[in-house]
Amino acid sequence: MSLKNLKNPGLWLTLVVVFILGVIPIINNKASAREETLTVLLSVILVSSLNILLGYTGYISFGHIVFYGMGGYVGLFLISVYGWSLWTAMVAGGLASGLLAFLLGSAILRLRGSYFALATIGINEAMRAFISNFEPFGGPTGISLNFQVYNQYGGAAQALWTIYYVVLALALGNILLSYVVKTSKFGLGLQAIREDEEAAEVMGVVTPSSKTWAYVLSAILPGMVGVLFFFKNGNIEPGPAFRLHLSIELLVMVMLGGYGTIAGPVLGAFGYQRLRGLLLTSDLFKNIQLTVAGVLLLVIILFIPSGAVGWIRHRFPVTRRYLP
Amino acid sequence: MDILTFLVDGLLIGFVYGIAAMGLTLIWGVMNVINLSHGPIIALGMFGIYFAATSLGVNPYVGVILVSFAGLLLGMLIYAIAIHRVINAPHLSTLLATFAVNMIIIGLGTTAFTTSAYNVDFSLGNISVGPVNTPTTRVVAALASVLVTGALYFFLYRTTLGKYVRAVTDNRAAAELMGIPSARILALSFGLGTMLAAIAGGLIATFFPFTILSGGAYELKSFVVGVMGGVGNPLGALIGGLILGTFEGVIPAFMPTSWVPVLEFILFVVILLVRPTGLLGAKK
Repeated sequence: MSLKNLKNPGLWLTLVVVFILGVIPIINNKASAREETLTVLLSVILVSSLNILLGYTGYISFGHIVFYGMGGYVGLFLISVYGWSLWTAMVAGGLASGLLAFLLGSAILRLRGSYFALATIGINEAMRAFISNFEPFGGPTGISLNFQVYNQYGGAAQALWTIYYVVLALALGNILLSYVVKTSKFGLGLQAIREDEEAAEVMGVVTPSSKTWAYVLSAILPGMVGVLFFFKNGNIEPGPAFRLHLSIELLVMVMLGGYGTIAGPVLGAFGYQRLRGLLLTSDLFKNIQLTVAGVLLLVIILFIPSGAVGWIRHRFPVTRRYLP
Repeated sequence: MDILTFLVDGLLIGFVYGIAAMGLTLIWGVMNVINLSHGPIIALGMFGIYFAATSLGVNPYVGVILVSFAGLLLGMLIYAIAIHRVINAPHLSTLLATFAVNMIIIGLGTTAFTTSAYNVDFSLGNISVGPVNTPTTRVVAALASVLVTGALYFFLYRTTLGKYVRAVTDNRAAAELMGIPSARILALSFGLGTMLAAIAGGLIATFFPFTILSGGAYELKSFVVGVMGGVGNPLGALIGGLILGTFEGVIPAFMPTSWVPVLEFILFVVILLVRPTGLLGAKK
């Protein structure tokens, strides 16, 4: 990783686009636009962190949302029971998710292909079922925050804005992180694993530890934004925190944008959330938005498997320098 | 209720789990595709017998037969549209293609049937043997499952078409060189897998109420059972189903029912880690 790599125009273009889109609601000072953009930014963070494992390393996880839910639970637990501040709880949530990924990864990353994917489904469901029974985390009713807690952040309205700024910063940071990882020697090792794990091992990539660290890296940011999201919500329950469906939506977004690229996850998150918003508000498609999303996914898988960014890179080779 | 009743109830439903898992592992074994649209197809099987009973007025068990043929055709259609193009692509493609089918079915199903519960109004009374008293429909479902397993074995090991399926499972390229139309055999195998899912759904609907989302839980159970029994091993799937059913029947005697899924999925992950070919060995 040298500083020269950071001069890539595509990286800066992506960062600038996300920054501008993120700043628009701040300038307009509109709460509704902020909520819409927040959903997209959260998706950007979840999708580009998933991309480190899926896109670079080639391991399919159906349980990425576990880290989001885990972070949220640890964070809200620390805030409501021990009175921690949101910011230290956020860091703790990220670390807890990272630790969980380390423990899980050491065990299940030995599995290849479909077996790994299935194990992550199992973990997602086991986690949800376990948390539903885990009394310190409130069992099936989860954890609710007292409304007073928002006072120290200048009231609920102000707290929502503060959270938004932090999420925007984390989204930008995450894009930078995924670029740094991709161009580093560590990232090249991961991509070698994706292409051929045996060959990578022979060439000197220490595959078990590389895979585990990729998993840990992909888990920390979802854990942090999990705390922010559920703090903003005021409560957390096992169902919404560990929704298998959300994990799969993230996979759709990665595929839509183009896996293994920097701009792809961003584009995929924007595109998918926009489309979802449009479908949900249209009278014609409101009820069958899931079907429309399914058809879209199928068309991408069948005809453009490398996603939007991958397709452009393939079709117009000159863009490869600008679309990392 | 004493433990014996729980045990028998669990065991009987375990047969049906076995059928559902057989459908999943048949497809997995033959073409190395994990069918994530398995759950919604189970749910369609449930709705199939509901409408056969209410609209056509036929006996639910005749409904199961109708549903099984519909399931076969639907599966072949799904294969042709969604799977065939990506059959040789990396795992992610087939996983997401079948999940796209899942979304399409759930979306359409939710629009057509909403997510409220349906119930097939049907009962055959209860059977009592000694201290055990259980609904007759469950006993019939278990017997039907054994019959279906037998029929599947007959098809796979006693017919030419079944021989083709096994040949394609062993080595698709070699089978093709021997003149076996592998694309059609793959479509047929996928159809058989969905047929088994639809039958399982139909049988479950004779004793449990259901919604369009009900299939999801049985899909997850099918993963557990399939991995337990070994991929592509139909008898293993049946035995795995019995183990899971018994497990579900007995555990509530020792701890709250809500712990059952925790143990189930931990068991699932542990089996994957320790013995990914299944307790009974994969058929490959």
